[in-house]
Amino acid sequence: MEPLKLPPIDYGALLPMLILFGAACLGILLEVILPRRARNAAQLGLALLAVVAALVAVILERGTRTVTIGGAVAVDGPTLFLQGAILVLGGVSLLLIGERTIERGGAFVSQAAVTVGSQKDVQQAGGQPGATEVYPLTSFALGGMLLFVSANDLLTMFVALEVFSLPLYLLCALARRRRLLSQEAALKYFLLGSYASAFFLFGVAFIYGFSGGIQLDVVHEAVANPQRSSVLLYAGLGLLTIGLLFKAALAPFHVWTPDVYQGAPTPVTAFMAACTKVAAFGALLRVLYVAFEGVRWDFQPILGVIAVLTMFVGAVLAVTQTDLKRLLAYSSIANAGYLLVGVLALNEEGLSSTMFYLVAYGFSVLAAFAVISLVRDADGEATHLSRWAGIGRKSPLLAGVFTFILLAFAGIPVTSGFMSKFAVFGAAIEGGQTWLVIFGVITSMLLAFPYLRVVVLMWLSEPGETTPAVSIPGYLTSAVLGLGVLVTLALGVAPDPLLELTRDAAQFVR
Amino acid sequence: MTNFPFLSVLTLLPLVGAGVVACIPRTRAQVAKVVALVWSLLVLGLSVFMWIAYETGSTDRFQFHESYTWIPSWNANFTFAADGIALVMLMLIAVLFPVVILASWHDVDQSTRSAPAYFALLLAFEFTMIGVFAAADIFLFYVFFEIMLIPMYFIIGSFGSGQKQYAAVKFFLYSLVGGLFMLASVIGLWVLGGHTFDFTELVKGTAQIDQNTARWLFLGFFVAFAIKAPFFPFHTWLPDSGGAAPAGAAALLVGVMDKVGTFGILRYCLSLFPEASRWFAPTAMVLAVIGILYAALLAVGQNDLKRLVSYTSIAHFGFIGIGIFAFTTQAGTGAVLYMVNHGLATGLLFIVVGMFVARRGSALVSDFGGAGKLVPVLAGVLFFAGLASLALPGTAPFVSEFLVLIGTFSTNKGFAVVATLGIVLAAAYVLWMIQRTVQGTLNPALTEVPAMSKDITLREKVVVAPLIALLLVFGFYPKPITDVINPAVQFTLQDVGAKDPVPTVEAGGKVGG
Repeated sequence: MEPLKLPPIDYGALLPMLILFGAACLGILLEVILPRRARNAAQLGLALLAVVAALVAVILERGTRTVTIGGAVAVDGPTLFLQGAILVLGGVSLLLIGERTIERGGAFVSQAAVTVGSQKDVQQAGGQPGATEVYPLTSFALGGMLLFVSANDLLTMFVALEVFSLPLYLLCALARRRRLLSQEAALKYFLLGSYASAFFLFGVAFIYGFSGGIQLDVVHEAVANPQRSSVLLYAGLGLLTIGLLFKAALAPFHVWTPDVYQGAPTPVTAFMAACTKVAAFGALLRVLYVAFEGVRWDFQPILGVIAVLTMFVGAVLAVTQTDLKRLLAYSSIANAGYLLVGVLALNEEGLSSTMFYLVAYGFSVLAAFAVISLVRDADGEATHLSRWAGIGRKSPLLAGVFTFILLAFAGIPVTSGFMSKFAVFGAAIEGGQTWLVIFGVITSMLLAFPYLRVVVLMWLSEPGETTPAVSIPGYLTSAVLGLGVLVTLALGVAPDPLLELTRDAAQFVR
Repeated sequence: MTNFPFLSVLTLLPLVGAGVVACIPRTRAQVAKVVALVWSLLVLGLSVFMWIAYETGSTDRFQFHESYTWIPSWNANFTFAADGIALVMLMLIAVLFPVVILASWHDVDQSTRSAPAYFALLLAFEFTMIGVFAAADIFLFYVFFEIMLIPMYFIIGSFGSGQKQYAAVKFFLYSLVGGLFMLASVIGLWVLGGHTFDFTELVKGTAQIDQNTARWLFLGFFVAFAIKAPFFPFHTWLPDSGGAAPAGAAALLVGVMDKVGTFGILRYCLSLFPEASRWFAPTAMVLAVIGILYAALLAVGQNDLKRLVSYTSIAHFGFIGIGIFAFTTQAGTGAVLYMVNHGLATGLLFIVVGMFVARRGSALVSDFGGAGKLVPVLAGVLFFAGLASLALPGTAPFVSEFLVLIGTFSTNKGFAVVATLGIVLAAAYVLWMIQRTVQGTLNPALTEVPAMSKDITLREKVVVAPLIALLLVFGFYPKPITDVINPAVQFTLQDVGAKDPVPTVEAGGKVGG
């Protein structure tokens, strides 16, 4: 038997992931060692430190363009940019997750599996210190996402998918208030997510059957010179894409999104809306651009229909929502549709504009959920729309921030939302997908209505007696709000530095 | 002096003012008002300097050209430049804002809302208005085109009356829908026109776009501008907004903001898509003529004074529309002149109506009746504003309406004849409104309203005097404006490729000098 040979490994290129996984393991160890009092600060510090260290590693590797450990991981422009984006957005999410001053014990409970309504459950919701396992879980998820966007073979991609999904399922179940919704959200996400993973894996099997390999460049070769039946190719591509579309929350694979976004603890919702989007679209971009570019004429119209469907579903259903978290969930679905428009441009502009959009949207959505976490009454967050009437009179600053973010979602100029829409639509017209832009414009009109309704409610309605109080944000949440608004404004006024960065990064290695 | 960056300073000045006024605490309302007024007068002063520095005889289409790099990746720049049309609009803005600020002096006193916020919003609105007329980069233009909605939305929604929320949302959504159509066209233009947003380069670049695509792009722009103007059938938002907005803001709404629509058609639709403009001109003329007659008929039937004035405004925009699409120098000059005069006349009418509404506490015509017996001078001003609005000879709108009609008659006799009916209807709605509000027997309910016995105050005199003076001066001597407008209109018509019918060139030349 031939001895197994270790493939050459570029540890520098893998360093960001190694740091995060290492920090996550260390975090679990800390859970055991440290007394409960010291855990929160230590865990938060460790997780943030790891994120910063990983970000530094990404920046140091910025010139690297390589495929390493036997073709499993590709480190190139898009990888590094998306890893950087995930780390920055993840770091900001960690600040939200670490907020403990708004609610006693934080937004999480320590035991997710306690029967809802039982004595123990009431006790732990009442102010017992929350779980600090959330930090290692988040670190694992972040590490998985970094691997997901850099995976150069389909099995590595699958492993990464699981690594970042499993912690998210758990995190969803930990909400302190409305425990039943939270558990339901976790279970729903887990079951549907598992199906999606199964689809993905099945697709990988077909692709392996078609191309005789799982590495993206091998698949690319096989697509260019097919040796086997193309049925295998199309079945594989279809199933594979379904798995990815699920994570990216594209219609008709979006149905989990509103329930999960509503039920999950708000910081986790924010984390998913910002980072999972980046990871899912990063992988989708790589799979479509690197492996299946040869059959672009076959998948472009189908995915185009999905993009149109997604934009319409998101926009139309957002109009009917009465709960703010669900409204934002549908808005994030619609935004996934716009992102897909950028992806389907299938040119360099498409790649760079999608990456720009992901960063811009991530910061806005983090700030939006941070605002939601502040408007509370005795039962936790008051997310029903009617409760927000007249908030602008009571706390103009907070309502001003939220209005600005909503205007960004609506794509009004001087916000990043306008610049990113302009970028993806421009790329799509460049790529000959004018019809997608027309539908994008039409849905943008529809989508403006729900945002405007919230603005009207906050500013123009008289405050009712039940208008909840607005909590004073702790310095962590304040930092998130400040960063979110600042980036949304900065990218709306001077987007050029980031545009340049995405443009320089817009080249995959094969 | 001509090297002074007039346009960028003029654009930024009110924005800074808005910031300053917004920082004044709401308990110091008086300070906020004075600062806002002084600031808007500063803008006016600077505009006057700019007017003086403008060289009327110059062969350059654009003057005061400035350009600063903004987004090199997309080749978008902060480019400002003004032709004669933009210049007169900027002057109109600069004149109307101090007048409106002074007219709105007590608008917020009774409300629970913050006065500094109101005046800051007015200045912010002035910033977006100046920006939209001064921009010579389509990306920059689009940005101003969209953000101008935000201050006006809050002015209507927060400080308006009646169905203000409904009106504010309707206003925002209508404009946004138009704006998004335009966005699609802007992106298309950018991709097909050579990846540039610079107006002058695009005028050259659009020649390569094939006819069919150019028509679609034209329609994207046209819908946005037709909603903004508004032209029939996109007009339904204006009566609601005009009826709900505070009178001063309504004067700005129809006096200045709606001009963005007609200005946009002149500057962007005509110059960038000459073939499509010629192709669409008959349809646009039909819409404009329908607008003149339909809106005039609706105005006759209105019982709400502010809505009535809004409808008259839609009718006037019909005249501007036929003037633009007639493609003759006379009609074009008339249309631009109409834009200025309409801003003055309808602005005055709205402000005076606002004075009546503030006294009576109601905008319904039926709540008045014989008010002239109580407030004779104010009634006289209303009468003058009404006459100016119906384009009585001797007032400025007459000159423009006449130019539009004879300019249109030389190329499109039918449209000109039908549009003339609008003049008759204008007399009907204005005079009937005057008769029902200030003439006739005194409505006894009016005597019970103490404010109704108070005739025009000094502040109100200061508000209306400059507008009345300008309307009279330009009614007899429009040359200073037409001299500025005429070359710009000729450049535009050159882009369209339209030639004046031979005999009328002489007459057009005389008016323009």
